[in-house]
Amino acid sequence: MTGKKKELTTGAKVRKKIVNVIVHVILAILAFIWILPIFWVVLTSFRAEKGSYVTTFFPKSYTLDNYIKLFTDTTILNFPLMFRNTFVIAIFTCIISTIFVLSVSYCMSRMRFKMRKPFMNVAMILGLFPGFMSMIAVYYILKALNMSEGSMIPIALIVVFSAGTGLNFYVAKGFFDTIPKALDEAAIIDGATRWKIFTNITVPLSKPIIVYTILTSFMAPWIDFLFAKVICRADAKYYTVSIGLWKMLEKEYIDNWYTSFAAGAVLVSIPIAILFLMTQKFYVEGMSGAVKG
Amino acid sequence: MKKAKVGNNKEFATPYTVTNAVTKGDFITKLSMLIMGLGNIAHKQIGKGICFLLVEAAYIWFMIKSGIYNLSMLPSLGWREQEKVWNEKKSIYEYTAGDQSLLLLLYGICTVFITLAFILVWRESVKSSYQAEVLAKNGKHLKTFKEDIKSLFDQNLYKLLLAAPLMGILVFTILPLVFMIAMAFTNYSKVDEHLVLFDWVGLANFAKILNFGDSIGRQFYSVLGWTLIWAVLATGLNFIFGMILAIVINRKDTKCKAFWRFCFVLSIAVPQFVSLLIMRSMLQPTGIVNTLLLKYGIIDMALPFFSSATWARATVVIINLWVGIPYTLLQVTGILQNIPGELYEAAKIDGANAVQVFFKITLPYMLFVMTPYMITQFTGNVNNFNVIFLLSGGNPTGVGDTAGKTDLLVTWLYKLTIDKNYYNLGAVIGIMTFIVLAIVALATYRNTASYKDEEGFM
Repeated sequence: MTGKKKELTTGAKVRKKIVNVIVHVILAILAFIWILPIFWVVLTSFRAEKGSYVTTFFPKSYTLDNYIKLFTDTTILNFPLMFRNTFVIAIFTCIISTIFVLSVSYCMSRMRFKMRKPFMNVAMILGLFPGFMSMIAVYYILKALNMSEGSMIPIALIVVFSAGTGLNFYVAKGFFDTIPKALDEAAIIDGATRWKIFTNITVPLSKPIIVYTILTSFMAPWIDFLFAKVICRADAKYYTVSIGLWKMLEKEYIDNWYTSFAAGAVLVSIPIAILFLMTQKFYVEGMSGAVKG
Repeated sequence: MKKAKVGNNKEFATPYTVTNAVTKGDFITKLSMLIMGLGNIAHKQIGKGICFLLVEAAYIWFMIKSGIYNLSMLPSLGWREQEKVWNEKKSIYEYTAGDQSLLLLLYGICTVFITLAFILVWRESVKSSYQAEVLAKNGKHLKTFKEDIKSLFDQNLYKLLLAAPLMGILVFTILPLVFMIAMAFTNYSKVDEHLVLFDWVGLANFAKILNFGDSIGRQFYSVLGWTLIWAVLATGLNFIFGMILAIVINRKDTKCKAFWRFCFVLSIAVPQFVSLLIMRSMLQPTGIVNTLLLKYGIIDMALPFFSSATWARATVVIINLWVGIPYTLLQVTGILQNIPGELYEAAKIDGANAVQVFFKITLPYMLFVMTPYMITQFTGNVNNFNVIFLLSGGNPTGVGDTAGKTDLLVTWLYKLTIDKNYYNLGAVIGIMTFIVLAIVALATYRNTASYKDEEGFM
């Protein structure tokens, strides 16, 4: 009796082991596919051969010149300047849009007023229009406001990246919804104003979603190339990193700049990747709420 | 739905409405319809009254200075062409400033917006005057200016918090959108050189796009079809594969869960335009993938990743999986960890096997939570500009066509406006995209539990 049982369990164990091995092999293959393009760009950034046409996966020789060129050869494409531009724009965008998103989502989640439901419906409808359909119109509005030339361009970009962010309140609202209302009510009984509740109770409880919001809004200027392209036009002094990288792949630059493009891509990705991986926990938590079910 | 609306109105019902002010208000309240803020000033709410008065003065000043002209130019959109005029004194040709329809249209719409905003303020002021009158008559306390400001931090906090974001949305989202929608009804396009002066043409552009016989119309239907196929494939496959992957990683027996997740999530951390541009260069006829495959004799000819319609379509869908699965993975992982453990224990006691558990517990729970997310994904995919634009650029494109075989409505919209300067047709495409999405989204979204029962989230 006992022997039979043991046999069964060893049989099941073997089967389980086989399944486990298969699962891990498949996972490894998939992970390899996912990592491959990233690995490829890192390799390319250290590649000594110029140009985009290569015949071997691994470089024949390695070099740091691509990175050095990126920061020293500033005559045609001034990468350090672009990096600085983007960084400044990103910081301001991040501050403004974080405030906007948190304010709107707090109001939508916690306060009850007549325009609340209509506003949420309008926000949903606006989200259905293709994002850059209004791009040309935005350009002309900026022109009418005298913000499309010279040193106003960075400000125009900050405005463009942050002005409409009040519409992206869904995730944060969902998070605020999960903070128990009883906390607010208790505070009101104690005589706290709504403002106090917002700053002293809601905000400290919402670290994950605040981090998530800061992160996504900080990343926006680094990854957008459409608006930046339309607004900067040919004014290379105000280019952001993404336009620069885009330019490096254009026909007249690709032969000289392809490997430097890879280097630039790596440099841009590193801070974003670090930020992202550090806050991945918050990202998932932010999406799924403060209070676990 | 209707019931909810009535309830909503009742919840915020107030006796201080404009109708009541007109029918029951006294002389001063009625006069404050002309001179805004008068009622407030008369009842010692001087700060508030002056604010209303200033708004009125500013509006009148604006209308006289440019508003009335802007509105008057809106129906015609201008007719004066730029002309060369001989200047006798300086003996040179000078250009007279002609009308620029685009600016006239923009200023006209702005004026309409400002007028609407003014009407809102006007209504507020009338209500406020009436309220001041009624409260004063009943000997109740009237809020001072200071108390009004204070209430902005308490029960009226939403007004304070929403003011700036709403302004931003209004000026940089709604205004441009209305502007573009207006363009759809004009002949603003490179065709017949209508780039400076253009006119209203009614529904002609819509007729052109929807007309099967027209070459633009024919392309519209083919692009629309592919956009829908793409959106369904991209959303559905991402969901299915992402979910399977998440469940496999989340299995009890899978080792190094964090490591596997890290590998997949790493691709999110790389900016999308970077990874997509890299993929594009890897898949070119002379790119590394073709080069290596040719070198090792696996293929005789470069694979036409972006030059054959079928290949290009398959390529963008597959690469979109590479982009999208990690997002689904993150989402699903969060949800999987949120499914109450008791459910699984109960199922185990009842002797359910893994498949039954999946179909009876995991999947229904996931669908319940993920439906709104899937709808956003669907709309996001219909508007998925990046993947198509950066990878295939909409190619391959047939001879004489403006839209390629992998073009979505959005990328076609980009080509029509930026490359071809057919602004009016681009705007029509934008509106069409919106209509398609609105039908899909509203139909499904309204039926989701999270919309119907918002308060019941807890």
